[in-house]
Amino acid sequence: MFITEFTPWMSLGGGVLIGLAAVLLMAMNGRIAGMTGILSGILPPVSADWGWRAAFLIGAILAPALFVAAGGTVEFAVPPSTLALIVGGLIVGVGVYFGSGCTSGHGVCGMARLSPRSIAATLVFMVAAFVTVFVTRHMMGI
Amino acid sequence: MNKILSSLFIGLVFGLGISISGMANPAKVLNFFDVFGTWDPSLAFVMGGALITTAIGYRIVFGRQSKPIFENAFQVPNNKTIDARLLLGSAGFGVGWGIAGFCPGGAIPALGLGHSETLVFMGSMIVGILIARFLGTRRARLVAA
Repeated sequence: MFITEFTPWMSLGGGVLIGLAAVLLMAMNGRIAGMTGILSGILPPVSADWGWRAAFLIGAILAPALFVAAGGTVEFAVPPSTLALIVGGLIVGVGVYFGSGCTSGHGVCGMARLSPRSIAATLVFMVAAFVTVFVTRHMMGI
Repeated sequence: MNKILSSLFIGLVFGLGISISGMANPAKVLNFFDVFGTWDPSLAFVMGGALITTAIGYRIVFGRQSKPIFENAFQVPNNKTIDARLLLGSAGFGVGWGIAGFCPGGAIPALGLGHSETLVFMGSMIVGILIARFLGTRRARLVAA
């Protein structure tokens, strides 16, 4: 049983920063801040514009390390087993490729533009995740 | 060069947002989906904060700028077709997210926390993307032929 504390203010603040990053990336580079898309461009066959993508990802990875180095704490616990991480990872990879995006691209950027594809995708993946957690935790008892 | 530096800075903002929001923590993400168990509604606040900020910010950007500062044009998808590929792919993503507790945007910054679980997930996810890309392009070639 992993109980996590309800953190409305930190979560809201974090959400505002995620939104700010999405707005800045559009204003400066004219791009959607979708992690599936940005990551896919540095995987083979690598996109010609891999430079800004790699820079963004490096910044995203450095941020929590710098935050922790500055004295901040980032809660982290992984209830799923290694097997579940591998299976889940493979399914996420295939899913975001065919679904053309994930929480950041569809759920934040696409929904903010009222893109019908993103609204449909977000509804589907949120419901699928709720159902999956219900099935694994309450029916299979994992 | 400006484009690279701005991306690095924006990546830092994104990664900080993910870190303090709780999206990099699979336990918290899974608890958001566990309404009938150890429910933690925090992630609704992440989505709400991100969505409202982006919706307002995009309106300002598209209203004031005819093009981005470091590029010649905005690159925004204009596809409006909701097809089986989109819906099945998204359903798959949701199932995987519910199993592992990581989504791409949560896992990438989580790499910076240095836990082996994040590497296992990211490695598998990248293999998944590459498999799908191989299958997707092969199917496209077959259809074209």
